[in-house]
Amino acid sequence: MKFLDEYRDEALARRLADRIARATTRPWTLMEVCGGQTHAIVRFGIDRLLPPEIELVHGPGCPVCVTPIEIIDRALELAAQPRTALCTFGDMARVPGSGSDLLGCRAEGGDVRIVYSPLDAVEMAAAEPEREFVFLAVGFETTAPANAMAVLQARRRGLRNFSLLVAHVLVPPAMEAILSAPDHRVQGFLAAGHVCTVTGWADYHAIARTHRVPIVVTGFEPVDVLQGVAMCVEQLEAGRYTVENQYRRSARPEGNRAARATVDEVFEVADRRWRGIGVLPRSGLRIRPELGDFDAERRFGPVHCDEEAESPCIAGRILRGRAKPDACPAFGTTCTPEHPLGAPMVSSEGACSAYLRYRGTAGPSDATESARP
Amino acid sequence: MCLAVPGRVESVEGSDPLERRGSVDFGGVRREVQLAFVPEAERGDWVLVHVGFAIARIDEDEAERMLDELERMETGGDAR
Repeated sequence: MKFLDEYRDEALARRLADRIARATTRPWTLMEVCGGQTHAIVRFGIDRLLPPEIELVHGPGCPVCVTPIEIIDRALELAAQPRTALCTFGDMARVPGSGSDLLGCRAEGGDVRIVYSPLDAVEMAAAEPEREFVFLAVGFETTAPANAMAVLQARRRGLRNFSLLVAHVLVPPAMEAILSAPDHRVQGFLAAGHVCTVTGWADYHAIARTHRVPIVVTGFEPVDVLQGVAMCVEQLEAGRYTVENQYRRSARPEGNRAARATVDEVFEVADRRWRGIGVLPRSGLRIRPELGDFDAERRFGPVHCDEEAESPCIAGRILRGRAKPDACPAFGTTCTPEHPLGAPMVSSEGACSAYLRYRGTAGPSDATESARP
Repeated sequence: MCLAVPGRVESVEGSDPLERRGSVDFGGVRREVQLAFVPEAERGDWVLVHVGFAIARIDEDEAERMLDELERMETGGDAR
C-alpha cells in the first residue's frame, strides 16, 4: 500500500544501515520515544541492522503503560455500576487493575464496550439516553484531538450522559524527566512522529538545547526509523544537537493547528502521575472547568492516585529506558500476555509485548499485524 | 495507541467545520473518517488517520522528494 510499502523496502533499509555504519565512530545510545516505533524496531529487526556501537533504548511512549492503576480501578468500578457503560479502546481492555481487568469485568457482567473511535461512544450515548457513558480517555497528544472533539460533539448534541475519564499525558515532560535523571544514558531522541504531527515541535528546541541532545522527529516504518537514526547519529558525530524532521510527509513545525485549537478548547495542562515513573509536573491534560459536565471525575468523584505499592513488574525502569524487557526475571515466565504483571506486556505499544511477540519464547514472530486506521 | 494509517479520501461531506467527514479508502477497505482537522484535504488527497480522525494531509511531493534523496544516497556514496 502506498505510503507503507516504499518505507519497508529492504534494499533501501540496508543502504541506510550502511550510511549509519559509515557515520559511526563511537558508541551512542538513542531513545525512540514512541511504543509504535519500539514495535517496528523489534518486529523488523531494525536494531540488528545497526552497527554494534548504536544502542536503541525504548522510551515512555506507551500511554496505556503509564496510566495509573487508580484510573483503571475507577473504570472497573464504573463498568460494574448499573446503567453505566465504560467505553474504551481495545488496548486498555487487558491492562490489569488492582483486581481484574476490563475484559474480566465484562465477563462478570460489567458493561464494557470496546470502541474504535471516541465518537462511537458519543453515538452510543445518544442512542441510549437512560444510560451513563464514560469514555476512558487515555493517550498522548496524538489522541487528545479526537477525544476533545468527542466532548464538543456531545455538547453540541446536548448529551447529558457522556463524560471522559481522562488520563491524557504529554511527551515533552517525560523526555525532560528522563534527561533530568543524573545517570541517564540517552544521548539522542527519535521523537514520536504522530505526536509531533499534532503538536509540532516548538517545545522540543529548549530540550535539545538545554540537555544538548539531538531530537529527530521520526516516523514508524523501517526506512523512517533508520533514516531517523542516521540523522541523529550524524548530529552526534558532528557535535550538533538540534531538532530535525525525518517525518516530513506528515509532520510540520507548527503541527496541526485545527487539532491543537480543539485540544485547547477542551483541555488544560495539569500535573499527572505516570505509572512506574511518578508525578510529573504539567505532564498531562484535564478537562477545563467550564466543561466539567463532561468530566467523569466531576460527575463520579475525583480519582486519587497514590504512591505505588511494591511490584515485581519493572515497567518504570523499562519506560525510562533503564532496562530492556528480557532483563526482567518475570519476562515470559510469571509475566505473559495471558497473565500480565504490568501493562507493557499487553499493550500494543508495550516494549515487553513487542519482545515476547517478535523475539520471545512463543515461537517465530507473526508478522501479520492488524493496522487499523 | 498513536498508530495512524494512510488512506485516500474518496468523498467529502458536511459543510460544518466541526463535522466535516468523508469516505477514506485504506487499500480497498472504506471507512468514514472525520476530516475536521484537515480542512485542506479534498477528494483524492492522502490523509493520515488515527482513531477515526484524519490528523494530517500527507504531502505527496515532500514524500517523493525524501525518497529521491534516499535514492541519491545509494549512488552518491556519502551520506550528506
